[in-house]
Order: sequence, then structure tokens, then C-alpha cells
Amino acid sequence: MLIENVEKTTTVEELKKIASQVRRDIVRMVHCCSSGHPGGSLGCADYLVALYFREMKHNTQFTMDGINEDLFFLSNGHISPLWYSVLSRAGYFPASELGTFRKLNSRLQGHPATEEKLPGIRIASGSLGQGLSVAVGAAQAKKLNKDNRLVYVLMGDGEQQEGQVWEALMYAAHHKVDNVIAAVDYNGQQIDGPCDKVMSLGDLKAKYESFGWKVLECAEGNKMEVITETLQKAKSLTGQGKPIAILLKTEMGYGVDYMMGSHKWHGAAPNDEQLAKALAQLEETLGDY
Amino acid sequence: MKKFTFEEKIDTRSGFGVGLVEAGRLNSNVVALCADLIGSLKMGDFIKEFPDRFFQVGIAEANMIGLAAGLTIGGKIPYTGTFANFSTGRVFDQIRQSVSYSEKNVKICASHAGLTLGEDGATHQILEDIGMMKMLPHMVVINPCDFNQTKAATIAIANHYGPVYLRFGRPAVPNFTPKDQKFEIGKALLLNEGADVSIFATGHMVWEAIKAGEILEQKGIDAEIINIHTIKPLDTAAILKSVQKTKCAVSAEEHQVSGGLGESIAQVLSRNYPLPLEIVAVNDSFGESGTPDQLMEKYGLTANDIVKAAMKVVERKAAMKTLSV
Ligand SMILES: Cc1ncc(C[n+]2csc(CCOP(=O)(O)OP(=O)(O)O)c2C)c(N)n1
Ligand SMILES: [Mg+2]
Repeated sequence: MLIENVEKTTTVEELKKIASQVRRDIVRMVHCCSSGHPGGSLGCADYLVALYFREMKHNTQFTMDGINEDLFFLSNGHISPLWYSVLSRAGYFPASELGTFRKLNSRLQGHPATEEKLPGIRIASGSLGQGLSVAVGAAQAKKLNKDNRLVYVLMGDGEQQEGQVWEALMYAAHHKVDNVIAAVDYNGQQIDGPCDKVMSLGDLKAKYESFGWKVLECAEGNKMEVITETLQKAKSLTGQGKPIAILLKTEMGYGVDYMMGSHKWHGAAPNDEQLAKALAQLEETLGDY
Repeated sequence: MKKFTFEEKIDTRSGFGVGLVEAGRLNSNVVALCADLIGSLKMGDFIKEFPDRFFQVGIAEANMIGLAAGLTIGGKIPYTGTFANFSTGRVFDQIRQSVSYSEKNVKICASHAGLTLGEDGATHQILEDIGMMKMLPHMVVINPCDFNQTKAATIAIANHYGPVYLRFGRPAVPNFTPKDQKFEIGKALLLNEGADVSIFATGHMVWEAIKAGEILEQKGIDAEIINIHTIKPLDTAAILKSVQKTKCAVSAEEHQVSGGLGESIAQVLSRNYPLPLEIVAVNDSFGESGTPDQLMEKYGLTANDIVKAAMKVVERKAAMKTLSV
């Protein structure tokens, strides 16, 4: 199914409903295999739902090259449960497969992979810091192909500590790769604690700008209206000689009260009781897998 | 077959954590660095006791290796901590140039090595690290088998001047070697004397080799079991001594068949004393998500796989005898 200009059909209210189901999927998936990363997954759920159900043109009949489609890359591969849920709910593969997450012989690997040929995934990620380079390369391939669709990539804020991110930032500006929209999940948390304590990022906006990027701040990265508005603005700024970045202020664990506002749920799975508590807060809108 | 017992199962990375504190107490030049994985590497106790001698570098492994190399200039003994993949593959050239070629006294301490990291999957399950590290001149490569031995190794490497790669794992495994053992780099440990086949194992596979020895005994095969905790420098003398008696060998490691312990042993044998060898290792494939036990089974790294390999080399040995008659 070609999903194009769905903004005309998918309302913000509908997007919110989808996001609620995606959050249910996430907590159920990590609970089922007692591992995985709910925190960042929940935090970025609204952004990914907005992309896949409204802002991106993409085809669920997956092809690796994605010619004339918008592409998405997940650089912070540990939030794979979110991506898998969104891909399946968008129609890339049956939602029933979500129950195999992180289990032996599954296509839904702990971190996104191409080896098992899961539709929707174009490159392995999980080792942090590599996705922006790949996205910029794919964006240049689009230019060479005279394909004017866009390339989206999502990174973590802790991930910004990897030097390769800055190599890619410098390169993209130098080569005027203005068909890429890179978002940073600016949740202020990483494994060992708040980013400010672990390794401060400083003024990320000023850093990106000084590297030649156009930066948009999305102060409410868990509010669908604000996300879609930011994405439309970002799209309107492409093709003007500068790569676009979105600093997406999210809350880790958003939607599940006891997971919010701490790094504790970066990579921990809920137990039975915690799962029930989480699900009680998330409306089942599309039917659990 | 000698009896081996253990009181508890505990992860080797905890042995590293405890050993690091001890190394810090014994030598005030010992410092530690970590790339946003303090909990996973069990570095918390060291940080508590020596806050000024710990450096959090964030998610920046290449920088960490360079910093460690720099810290040695001035006499510090840096221990870097992150997962095995990010300790080696990600930073190979930084290690090669700034640590190994420059002969710096850096201890690269790597957790979550191999398949037993489990559910995180192939992106994190490095199976090529021993190969990469052993290829580097000056580098010492150690893969201890349990908590006690990892602790001992962590303490011992502070007293060895030069680059060291110390590899350990995530899951709880039998802790069966002696408490407070002395760790001698490069010295293979004879666990069980036997006459029919030599089994050389490293890391988590040492316990599997012991279990294999018990199964083999029931089949009437008397296995000699040797713990090769140091892959480089390899204890060539111990290996040759054993195979001169048994005339066939099996190696076992949680690593890719290329570049691992088995390949090192093959080199020793073909150069000195060619005879049948089977290598129990991952056969040129990436890993995947699953529980540690499921993965070890699927990728052929269990006691049973060692048993099969041992029976095969014993057969090959017999066939060779017939041939030469
Ligand atoms: C190169 C690399 N180093 C270390 C890790 C281990 N790791 C996984 S997630 C993570 C923290 C990431 O922080 P952030 O990007 O802020 O993601 P969040 O915790 O907010 O989801 C770390 C250190 C990794 N996956 N890759
Ligand atoms: Mg973060």
C-alpha cells in the first residue's frame, strides 16, 4: 500500500489513537521477552507515528532502494520495539509477529537488522553513532537519482557523544545535503543517568547551527499537534542548501507514569504487575496483537 | 575424570568489578574509564572507592581509547570498560596505533563478549574480537572462564606492562575455579589429565569442556582438559605436551572459527606436530537474538558439540593409525 499525503485523511486525533496502541505494543513486547528498551521507545512513539501515518510518503510493499519514497533510518537502534510496532501497524508485516520480538529465529531482532529481511529496515543499527552517515549517503543517492523525496533519521541525545555524528554533520552541511531531516530524541537521559551528568552536550542547537545546519526546536515532542507542525515546517525548509535538524524534546517513558522522567527504564522490562499497570494507562485502539 | 563442583553461578563481569577495586587498592596508578555502561561493567564499587581515579567519557569509545593511551604517559594504568564490540571492532585503529603499536600500558576490559549476551542480538554479539586483538603485535589476549578467574586476571594484568585485552561475559555461569587463585598470564591450566584426546577450551566454554569430559568418560574416552585462559601469548609448550600424549585435539571457544583460539592451536600443531584437530566455534555466521542457552545450542557451542568433535578426532586418529600400518 502506498501511503501518500495521508495528512488529508489521518487526523491528529487518529494519530494519537495509533500512538496509544503502539505504546501498548511496546510494553507488551519488552515484557514478553523480559528485555529491550521501553524508555526511548515510548518517548519517540508520537514522532514515529506522525512520520509513518501522515508525514512520509512510503510504500509498505517494501523495496530496499525506496525510489520515489521518503526513507526513514533509526540510528538509536535500541528503540526497535517502537519501530517494529509502527512498521507492522502501518502494514509492512502482520502485527502478530510482534510477539516474536527478541526471540530465537525471529525477524524482529533486538536491534534492527537486514539479515532476517524484515520489511521496512534498510540497514542494521544498534552500535550507536552510525545512522546519520548512512542517512546522508542515502540522501545523496536520491539526489543522484533525481528522486526528490526526503530522508529522515532519528538519533538519541546520548548518541550525540559519538564523534562520527559530528563527522556526518560537517559533511552534510559541506555537501549541501538539504534533503535530509535529522531528529535528535532530546530526552536528556542515557544509560548512566542524565546526559548533563554523564557528558554534557552543551548548547546542542548552537553546535548544530555552527556546523551549518538549519535547526528547529520541537519543545513538545510528545504532543501530536506540535510534532506535525514541526515536521511540516521542516519539510518546507528542505531544498534550500542546508540539512535540517529537529531537536525533539521528549520524555523518556512517556505514557506510562512510573517510567517517565528517569533513565531507569532505558533498558529494563516491566514485570507482570508493572505491565498491567502500564496497560491500564494506555487505550487499546487497534486491537492488541 | 576429576569432579568439578561449584557453589554458585555468577557472571564473569562481576569478577572484573571486584578485581578492579582490588587492583585499585594495590596500585594507586590504576585508573578506570567507562563509556556510559558503568552498571553493565560493574564499575560502581571502583567509582565509589576511587572517585577521582574514574573518568566517565560518555558514548565515545574512540575517545576513551585515546584518553587511556594518554593517561599511560605519566605512569597511569588505565582500565577501559565497555561491551566487547565497542571495545574492539569500533575502535580497532585507535587501539592499533595509539595502544598496541605505541606499546601503551592500557587494559582494554570487555564485557558481554560472544553469543551469551543474548537478546540484544548480532549487532552487540561480537565473535571476532579475539581475532582482531590477537593479530595486534604486543597485545596480550585473556579470556577467563569464571568469576574467580576473571577477578584474578583483572588484578594480575596491572602487574604486566603493556597492552592487554581482557574478555568476559554477561550471564551467570558456574564459579568453579579456586577463590583467590594466582593468575599467571600465558600459563595454560591442566584441569583434568587424560590419555585419549586433548580438549583446549577458553572462557565460558571451559565449563562446557568439563561437562563434555564427563560424557566422554561414560563413552570410554579419557579426555585431557586444559583451560587456555590466555590466547596470546599461547602456552605452546603445554599444548604440545598434551597432544604428544593424546595424539588428537579439540578446541572450544565462544567466537568465530576464523581468528580464534582454534586457529591459533591449528598453527601450533601444523608447525610442530600435525595431527587431527576439530574446532568448536561459530561457523562463519553472525549471531541473533535469543536466550544465551538457546544461542549456544543453535550455534553449536555446548558440551555435546565438544563431545561430537572429540569422538570425531578420536576416530580420525584411529583411521590414521590404520593408514600408517
Ligand atoms: C557505540 C555504542 N556504545 C554503547 C552502546 C550501549 N548503549 C546503548 S543505548 C546507550 C545510551 C544511549 O543514550 P541515548 O542516545 O540518549 O538513548 P536513550 O537512552 O535516550 O534511549 C548506550 C550507551 C551502544 N549501543 N553503542
Ligand atoms: Mg537520551
